[in-house]
Amino acid sequence: MSLLVGTRKGLFVLRSDSSRKKWKLDEPVFLGHIIHHAVQDPRSPKTILVAAKTGHLGPTVFRSVDAGKTWKEAEKPPAFPKVPEGSKARSVDHVFWLTPGHASEPELWYAGSSPQGLFRSTDGGKNWESVAGFNEHPKYSDWVGGDQDGTPDGPKMHSILVDPRNAAHLYVGMSGGGVFESTDAGKNWSPLNKGCEAIFIPSENPEYGHDPHCVRLHPLEPDILYQQNHCGIYRMDRKQGMWERIGKNMPKEVGDIGFPVVLHPRDPKTLWVFPMDGTDVWPRTSPGGRPAVFQSRDSGKKWTRQDKGLPKRAWHTVKRQAMCADNGSPVGVYFGATSGEVWGSVNEGASWTSLAAHLPHIYSVETAIF
Amino acid sequence: MKIHIPSPLLSYTGGKREVEIQGAPPLTMKELLEALNKNYPGIGFRMIDEQERIRPHIKLFWKENLVRGLDTPLAGEGPVHIVCALSGG
Repeated sequence: MSLLVGTRKGLFVLRSDSSRKKWKLDEPVFLGHIIHHAVQDPRSPKTILVAAKTGHLGPTVFRSVDAGKTWKEAEKPPAFPKVPEGSKARSVDHVFWLTPGHASEPELWYAGSSPQGLFRSTDGGKNWESVAGFNEHPKYSDWVGGDQDGTPDGPKMHSILVDPRNAAHLYVGMSGGGVFESTDAGKNWSPLNKGCEAIFIPSENPEYGHDPHCVRLHPLEPDILYQQNHCGIYRMDRKQGMWERIGKNMPKEVGDIGFPVVLHPRDPKTLWVFPMDGTDVWPRTSPGGRPAVFQSRDSGKKWTRQDKGLPKRAWHTVKRQAMCADNGSPVGVYFGATSGEVWGSVNEGASWTSLAAHLPHIYSVETAIF
Repeated sequence: MKIHIPSPLLSYTGGKREVEIQGAPPLTMKELLEALNKNYPGIGFRMIDEQERIRPHIKLFWKENLVRGLDTPLAGEGPVHIVCALSGG
């Protein structure tokens, strides 16, 4: 088992033995590049795609088909269409999120960008095209808002989800913008934000403009979705179509603000979050300087603090795609902090061990089998 | 025509800090960069975005003159200097 750790200064790979207790850190790949996301293709496990840019150079995607031994750059990285002079022009600042397509479409990948854009590759990541159904939707500008509605690094499209039952059924999340759904492979989209708060928007029950940080659907029960939002932790049964704030059941002194949410691979009622301080000026560090993961085993009705092995005092920030779970039994859960530490648990969060330290600012952590 | 390559782009030119574009001298900066990209695929998009704008942290010099637009006519043999911003962190 390995972890692909995307950082501000390169890609790091942590490799473990079968016990997941002994970990070894490889030398960095793409040293100096900003790696927002690195993802293994579950359909073709030797294939890895990496979203990269540098501080000065434009964005791109690198691809390996030999488990990271060699890499090739995409021939046509994700890019918005060229528009006539005088029209509102967009250019991809960075590729932020990568999602492999449905099992029935082995060469298909999706990418989300900053500013918000959805892109698709049908040849394994070599060539990318803009998904016009979203990027050129008549309401695109309303949905995405302006630059002030995004993160300090720019507004993002993230959480691209593919329904395992149906390749044409997609979800995306946007900071800012909200959650959106397509049932026709991206040709048409609708907001899916009912029940989700957006306290920064003056109107009641806005249709869009929300700030989901991370959205997940359960692979075995894909009608069950969870999101960690700027305004709390939510759950939706897609058949009902309404987000319910399950984070209100978190301890009041901790709150339910955070970036990532991670689901148990086999149990749709079990999930983990990493709360952060969303008070006053929004430090976004561990509440009270006491880092902890919180787990629920009953769809968010009750939450359990899991901090055994974590430092008693630390001010961690864990970004939205920097926490993940493996498929082991018991499930392993992992997170990487912006301080450059990677932590792991092989007992579903009951205790934690430091796997690596002194890395650069971590943007993403994903599991890989090799 | 000689083009000086900054270190972040050396991976495209096989480490060569100076490359030459053969053939008739290009008439505009756009044509020059297209020729460069033809020889070293992918290098162009790292400097010029999809709207054909020079990326914010890239500067292009024609002899000693800063080039602000890709339609800038080029007269003579150059050289061209591609420079990345000094900032970082």
